Amino acid sequence: MRQLLLRRLAQAIPTIWVIATLTFVLLRLAPGGPFDEEVEVPDEIRAQMAAHYGLDQPLPLQYLRFLGNLLRGDLGPSFKYPGWNVHELIAQGIPVSLELGLLAMIVAFALGIPAGIIAALCHRRIGDSAVMLFALLGICLPSFVLAPLLLLVFSSWLGWFQPLGWSTAGDRVLPMLTLGLFYAAYIARLSRSGMLEVLQQDYIRTARAKGASEHRVILIHATRTALYPVVTFLGPAFAGVISGSFVIETIFFLPGLGTQFVNAALNRDYTMVMGTVLFYAALILAFNLLADLIQAWLQPKTRDANR
Amino acid sequence: MPIDKVKATPRLGWQSLRGHPTALIALAVFLLIVLLCLLGPLFASQSFADGDLSIGATPPSANHWFGTDTLGRDLWVRTLYGGRISIAVGFAASLVALGVGLLYGMIAGYAGGRLDAWMMRFVDVLYALPFIIIVILLTVILGRSLLLLFIAIGLVEWLTMARIVRGEVRRLKQQAFVEAARACGAKVPRIFLRHLLPNLLAPVIVYTTLTIPAVMLLESVLSFLGLGVQPPMSSWGSLIKEGAERLDVYPWMLLFPALFFATTLLTLNFLGDALRDILDPRGNDGA
Amino acid sequence: MSVRFLLTALFALCLLTSGCSQRERPVDTAVRDGILLVGNGTEPATLDPHLAVGVTEHEILRALFEGLVTRDGRDLSVRPAVAQSWTISDDGKIYTFTLDPNARWSNGDPVTASDFLFSFERMLNPRLGSSYAKMLHPLAGAAAYNRGENTDFSRVGVRVIDPLTLELRLHKPLAYFLDLLAHGAWYPVHPPSVLAAGDRYDRLSRWTRPGKLVGNGPFQLSEWRLNALVEVTRNPHFREAEATRLNAIRFFPIASMDTEERAFRSGFLHLTHTIPPHRIDWYQNNRADAIHFDTYLGTYYYTLNVRQPPLNDPRVRRALAMSIDRQAIVDTILRAGQKPAFHFTPPMTAGYTSPYQQTFDPQGARKLLAEAGFANGTGFPEVEVLFNTSESHREIAVAIQQMWRRELGIRVRLHNEEWKVYLDSRRAGRFEILRAGWIGDYNDPSTFLELFTRASGNNPSGWSHDDYEKWLAAARASRDPDERKLLFGKAETLLLQEAPVIPLYFYVRSTLIDERVRGRHPNVLDFHPWQAIYFATEGSDEP
Repeated sequence: MRQLLLRRLAQAIPTIWVIATLTFVLLRLAPGGPFDEEVEVPDEIRAQMAAHYGLDQPLPLQYLRFLGNLLRGDLGPSFKYPGWNVHELIAQGIPVSLELGLLAMIVAFALGIPAGIIAALCHRRIGDSAVMLFALLGICLPSFVLAPLLLLVFSSWLGWFQPLGWSTAGDRVLPMLTLGLFYAAYIARLSRSGMLEVLQQDYIRTARAKGASEHRVILIHATRTALYPVVTFLGPAFAGVISGSFVIETIFFLPGLGTQFVNAALNRDYTMVMGTVLFYAALILAFNLLADLIQAWLQPKTRDANR
Repeated sequence: MPIDKVKATPRLGWQSLRGHPTALIALAVFLLIVLLCLLGPLFASQSFADGDLSIGATPPSANHWFGTDTLGRDLWVRTLYGGRISIAVGFAASLVALGVGLLYGMIAGYAGGRLDAWMMRFVDVLYALPFIIIVILLTVILGRSLLLLFIAIGLVEWLTMARIVRGEVRRLKQQAFVEAARACGAKVPRIFLRHLLPNLLAPVIVYTTLTIPAVMLLESVLSFLGLGVQPPMSSWGSLIKEGAERLDVYPWMLLFPALFFATTLLTLNFLGDALRDILDPRGNDGA
Repeated sequence: MSVRFLLTALFALCLLTSGCSQRERPVDTAVRDGILLVGNGTEPATLDPHLAVGVTEHEILRALFEGLVTRDGRDLSVRPAVAQSWTISDDGKIYTFTLDPNARWSNGDPVTASDFLFSFERMLNPRLGSSYAKMLHPLAGAAAYNRGENTDFSRVGVRVIDPLTLELRLHKPLAYFLDLLAHGAWYPVHPPSVLAAGDRYDRLSRWTRPGKLVGNGPFQLSEWRLNALVEVTRNPHFREAEATRLNAIRFFPIASMDTEERAFRSGFLHLTHTIPPHRIDWYQNNRADAIHFDTYLGTYYYTLNVRQPPLNDPRVRRALAMSIDRQAIVDTILRAGQKPAFHFTPPMTAGYTSPYQQTFDPQGARKLLAEAGFANGTGFPEVEVLFNTSESHREIAVAIQQMWRRELGIRVRLHNEEWKVYLDSRRAGRFEILRAGWIGDYNDPSTFLELFTRASGNNPSGWSHDDYEKWLAAARASRDPDERKLLFGKAETLLLQEAPVIPLYFYVRSTLIDERVRGRHPNVLDFHPWQAIYFATEGSDEP
């Protein structure tokens, strides 16, 4: 286990470097620059702004300078928001996104895994169909539909929750549900199929035949293996929720990371895009590693095979 | 575990569907929707693009079964046209994701070791690259074709598929029947096809049925970035998006496209489940 | 867990929370505390008046800073601000301002003439790279200094005569110079606090943070939470501090107009940035006093790339212009009282209205198109309309596509691009028909008509005309209002006949305003001095 951890950490550095380099190239190739505005900026002023940020230098030099700064942990200033550094902008969005993401994942787990297991246990009976219908609803209702729907019912009609903001505990409910239900549906579908798969395997049948009480069998033997695909899915999913959701943040007016990620790209805020991409990359690497570790734990044999 | 328990060539046909009444109904409904989308517009008197600007958004009526949108265009026709695009995009892009993800994941998972590590780091790299920027670049470099849309969507959707497949293969690899097959000197393609693939079907089918709606909705996001379907053409994703914004004022603008969308997904899910059962390598006695 | 239990639990929760929702709405609390809650569109990119470009930023800057002159919120006439009076030389080139001795920075320092010199120099210095520096170019020598051709600021037409006397020298007389001066680009900054934060030309400088920013406006910055809130509170040192009625203003960067409307409906805002078109009916039926449509000095138009066929033929361009039913677009798509535009400069811009109009005449359009060789649209190549992604741009484009197909029998392709890609295409001239909009910077026809001169940089159509240049140059120099109107009229007539531009509608600023807000007057520049706003409270209501 420790070896796996060390090896993956060693792999992370070149991976991050490749991501940074590719992003650097992609950004400079993309049409439109950070200084394009509605009212055309005269060429000489455009040149002045470029010079201010060192964009007038040859690209290789810019690249080297960027790498040098990155090594020192300096992501540079935002182009769109003069007066703010990239790391400040990202840091301000983390608390909200982290909290919302974790809450949503709690919802997703609390609903998704039991739902999946129940559905598998009543395979092809009414319980199964009911759960799966509900799960399907979660998948069919993208956040841009679910959020206005929840707002209409719980805010406009019933008046239970405020329609926007992030100050009281009540403000957490609707965004958390919007984000969480989607993942709950995914988890329910994946864990149900995993569970079905396992329930038909011989060792479970053997265990059942030997007379172990059904509940123990299911919980201990089956769940472990059944969650295998769920765990794989959760790696990127966690990285996704923590880096925020543009749609949900926009609809509920939350100062999270998702807005920053999308706006950085739309503004062609080069440094900011680089900052957000690297942040997300770190999350992806970390959570995919975590997923692999959990899988290794779920399946003791994998550990040996992993060398 | 006896190897012969693994069914080598699952039969797939009407015969095998017979035991699944829900699947049969689902198939019928799905085909009905596809036929409606393909043929319906041919018989409609309204065009998807031309509307009566003066009437604006009107609720369902005898003239307009699904009502009209804000530009007075008939939603029945627009929903059917939208279905053509969405079903095509949903299937094509999901197949790209399925094909690429399956093969990639199997190779990585089966090879293990260094190759696996590199292949998975490559997936990580693709996860992290800024999708918006890539899409924008694609629109500029390759123009505005629908084909591009499939590529762009397939490009993102195969990543998680590959990871899921790889995880499963790594698990299966150590199971007795694969090791036995290897010990018997079976060639790698044969192991892939006969031993791994049948056992991978459950998660793969489920994840594919999950990918199709995701893809259909992603399409509406991409058209925001100027990729893919351009107005006045419609798609379920874009109709649902337009409808969601006017939810409490013109509910029919959301209701009908969403109904079609949900029904299609529902049928696909039942079909997927039936498929999984039929293809199940350990026979099919229900749990 | 039974269904009954669930229902009981839900019911209990319902009772519990409905009890809570009886509490006071934020707008009511805020009215009592004298705090105005404003929906402000997007997060301000900066609060540095020399770097700000957008409307969002200027809404806030107007509370924090004040220039030499300002405008009256009712009629937009130029009013004294930091300058209490001024004289203009006979040749119209030298303006001498006498500053108000009561003008103070928010830390109590007096506002002096040299503060303005410092600010204008900073704005024009190429190292800062301000995109609005062009606003200061009418000053003698300013353009050269801004381009770095001259590095000696004493050669620019700004002179400090004494701490309370400032002289500005223009390189040519400019009829609307005072109007120009009211723009935010001319706001002063407080030199000691800018210098204390580091290099004055550093765009990363932190001098605009709360606690550091020193302004001279009616309010001062008290809080700035990114993507959540900017709060300004009353500035006790303001020169007319006793006239400021509000205690504070909170600006919320709510980007989604649906969210903003919900916020208004639930009592979170007094003033919104805009209103979703599909919500207009509801307000007109239920809260007619809250919804406001103010004409706005702006034109929404299509511009045609005249470089290539078939759009290089003025007859084709006129035919396209004549076959658009603007009234239908305004009535069914926009629905907020926008006026259909048949000419480019909005009507009554500083008293001027175009003498010539494009018309809606499908019959005539077909005739023109036939003359150009495309009878009934046969042989007309498919042309493309390019617009940046947005709901209303899309709807308008779809409607126009229909009209052209129906009236002229021509096929049009629609293409939307993400904003920056669209800007890039516009700059490179990679389009055939382009959606565009223009908002006047000041109240004078030139802010619109100068767009189509060769020097403008904002005319992607590729159209230009010698007569047009000549007439506008003459209008720039003239100080006789009637003569200027005549010249503008000639120029605009030519522009509309040549039709590199198809005006579609004149903008309207549609907002939701809490019924208790007073002191905000509709005007075409959407210019509302914050210090004039107050709340009508029970008992003290004014008609």
